[in-house]
Amino acid sequence: MKHPVLILLLLCALALPARAQDAFTAGLTGLGTGFNQTAEAVDRLGASGDPRALPLLRALADGRLLRQADGTLLIRGDAGVQDALTNAAAEAAGAEPVRLNNRVRVALRGALGRLQLVSPDPADRQAAAEAVFRSRSAENVPLLDAALARETVPAIRARLALALAASRLMADDPQNKLLGVTALGATSSPEARAVLLEARATNPAIAAQIEEAVAAIDQRLAVRRAAETLFQGLSLGSVLLLAALGLAVTFGVMGVINMAHGEFVMLGAYTTFIVQEALRGIPMLAPWSLPLAVPAAFLVTAACGAAMERGLIRHLYGRPLETLLMTFGVGMMIQQSVRLAFGAQNREIISPPWMQGTLMLPGEIAVTQNRLWILVFSLVILGLTVAAIRFTRFGLEMRAVTQKRAIAASMGIRTGHMDALTFAFGSGIAGIAGVALSQIDNVSPNLGTGYIIDSFLVVVFGGVGSLAGTLVGAFGLGIINKILEPWAGAVLAKVFVLVAAMLFIQRKPRGLFAQKGRAAEA
Amino acid sequence: MIHRMPITRRAALAGLGTALAAPAIRPSFAQAAPIKVGVLHSLSGTMAISETALRDTVLMMVEAQNAAGGILGRRLEAVVVDPASNWPLFAEKARELLAVSKVDVTFGCWTSVSRKSVLPVFEELNGLLFYPVQYEGEEESKNIFYTGAAPNQQAIPAVEYLMGADGGEAKRIALLGTDYVYPRTTNRILRAFLISKGIPESDIMEEYTPFGHSDWQGIVSRVKRFAGEGKKTAIVSTINGDANVPFYRELGNQGIKAEDIPCVAFSVGEEELAGIDTRPLVGHLAAWNYFMSVQSPANTQFKAMWQAYIKNPRRVTNDPMEATFTGFKMWAQAVAQAGTTSVDAVRTAMYGQKVEAPSGYTEEMHRNHHLSKPVMIGEVQADGQFNIVWKTPTAIPAENWSPFIPENANRRRG
Repeated sequence: MKHPVLILLLLCALALPARAQDAFTAGLTGLGTGFNQTAEAVDRLGASGDPRALPLLRALADGRLLRQADGTLLIRGDAGVQDALTNAAAEAAGAEPVRLNNRVRVALRGALGRLQLVSPDPADRQAAAEAVFRSRSAENVPLLDAALARETVPAIRARLALALAASRLMADDPQNKLLGVTALGATSSPEARAVLLEARATNPAIAAQIEEAVAAIDQRLAVRRAAETLFQGLSLGSVLLLAALGLAVTFGVMGVINMAHGEFVMLGAYTTFIVQEALRGIPMLAPWSLPLAVPAAFLVTAACGAAMERGLIRHLYGRPLETLLMTFGVGMMIQQSVRLAFGAQNREIISPPWMQGTLMLPGEIAVTQNRLWILVFSLVILGLTVAAIRFTRFGLEMRAVTQKRAIAASMGIRTGHMDALTFAFGSGIAGIAGVALSQIDNVSPNLGTGYIIDSFLVVVFGGVGSLAGTLVGAFGLGIINKILEPWAGAVLAKVFVLVAAMLFIQRKPRGLFAQKGRAAEA
Repeated sequence: MIHRMPITRRAALAGLGTALAAPAIRPSFAQAAPIKVGVLHSLSGTMAISETALRDTVLMMVEAQNAAGGILGRRLEAVVVDPASNWPLFAEKARELLAVSKVDVTFGCWTSVSRKSVLPVFEELNGLLFYPVQYEGEEESKNIFYTGAAPNQQAIPAVEYLMGADGGEAKRIALLGTDYVYPRTTNRILRAFLISKGIPESDIMEEYTPFGHSDWQGIVSRVKRFAGEGKKTAIVSTINGDANVPFYRELGNQGIKAEDIPCVAFSVGEEELAGIDTRPLVGHLAAWNYFMSVQSPANTQFKAMWQAYIKNPRRVTNDPMEATFTGFKMWAQAVAQAGTTSVDAVRTAMYGQKVEAPSGYTEEMHRNHHLSKPVMIGEVQADGQFNIVWKTPTAIPAENWSPFIPENANRRRG
């Protein structure tokens, strides 16, 4: 009873791979002989749907596919080199890796996307949906229909629906096209908008519907773009805040004009590099080198700050011009010493995976991870600084010394000691800033010079001696800069901000948050 | 043991004797005054990242030339000064080299602004400068030999590649650059070129940033938006110096893949990539006249010579280093041919001078003071090297006066 059905099934099972294998071997012709031939071969392999194409194409994408002079293809795997067709172990001598260019990569993305739509791994399917969306072609419509029917993960379903809509747009019949336009118009994705605009040029018949869909997307995008600009402003502000915070202590609280502040930031960044190199050989600690660099950078720069205060600055209290010149000179010496020790070349700081790529906040607001973490980090450091000044004995004595030195001394506070500690504290914060900046800027001996002017601007703009002023000043300048940038360009935006800050300080010389009372007059 | 001791001592004495006698072996060195070679590269400041390697290249060439017996039986002596990335200081240091040190030739400068600063000094004192970096053209001083590329040897072929089938048929171009003379002039030429190819003004975006710019998030997201108008977009970058590192990092973080928006750079070479994790950048492009990955006997020799000189087998070579190498060889040949180091005689001898360059081509110095050079497009690879995906079949002569700048229409050619 069952036998005929079974035999039929068996026959089908045997026949399918046999037919696919033909398409597979035929698809391989020309692979590796030239960029165009390779791209065509990849297209054919993607269309073949053969499961054996997947490892081969993956190997090609990773640069592990080798080709021998006689045309034999080999795959380099963890276990050694294998023949791509027979899986037999092979000798790699004389084989050259098959080379890629962007044209081949585009073909590869499409082909891998098609093949991976049926993958059991959700991450693969997500990537496949993304790839098929980008390579969009009418042939993919039935494939995507089937994939959508199978899919259970909501995020992947959404991506698949987008890919299906984009592929429908490429179809020949107008009914399918309109379905695609409607589906894409319902999203709020800039990619969907780009696909629609691309289709407008080739489909004058449905241009009106496309315009409508684009307008709908634009409306939803406007809010998101405003949010992204705000985030960019906050991010720039957080960098300014980090750079200025140490200065808010040394200049704001102590009144020392420290032109070497930027060099302390740079020393912090180099400490990050040293910590990274030192932990490279310890697999357990290596991923944590960045967090571990924070205390290290604090200690190193605090020690430098203390040495500088005890050795030089204390002899020049009350002589701001001499202090300025002297610290400027020390800064140049630090810069050149680092250049001699580490070379003029930039040093590479590896970003941990959690600081790479883009994060989607609710409402599809795209923010880059490293900037987000630095924003959080700057607020944490600000909180810790405020707490240290407000709630610790060290902070209390520090405030006492800066407010009325003589009385503080008569209460038994060693004022000289406190000066050194305060300066070390401010320098240490600069070092911590260097750890964060190593993630977004070049770790080179010039790192600090770019930040010194901005730091002084923030502190003066916010109000000398006020940490709240530094916070508001940093974020205010960051956001104004980012709002101006699209209109004026990066160079002019900076000029405008500087002019605005100058005019503001003319009107309010004590900054946003002016200190009141005796301390301010002193 | 006891028997062997004197032998060792005798051997040592013999060695010492040879060492003492060495100067006497080449008596001509002791008699003639050395030929002085000025080196005018920034060893500190923002350009030190790029220029330090060029100083080392010149020193390597001087050492190699001396080992080969010098030129005209005279020893070469390098005079190194540091103009510290400070453009007016370049002019002062140039004057010092020419008037005080009395150098016979100078190798130097990277940025166009530094070259513009020293040009009047070299013309006034009739010095000889070899300038090894690609630049915007629009110059032809009789006192300067330009061994880097003119726009038609780099910028224009690169944009043509982006607009061709292999480059992705770009229809919209974002021109990003550092705010100084080289990017602004190059982009002016490119804009005229794009318009001549039928690209409307609205499909060209142009943005400039200061030297050392590090906050690229706004610009990169604007490029993304610019690319989201339904036409294939590409970035042409004339960003200079270390601002490139945060720029590429931002490209990677914002997920701009070379398949979607390829970026071709004119000032990013192997040396600049040394400070970046290049894995997210695979497929982005650079246009040069030489890549370290070139397969040629001259390049194999050049790389070995450099890594032996710098005592680091992992140090990379790049295009301006190759241009310095080629320029130095040509100068040495010209001096040998002229039989003197006099500037006017060497200049005349320079014309038509040919060198088998590490680029794998024979490069020739023409009467317009520029070299004929091959053009190559390379893709960034995960190991920080470039994979050459396109190159011209022959070395092409320079058009230092670009036909795309209207004011050049009245200029004579050839």
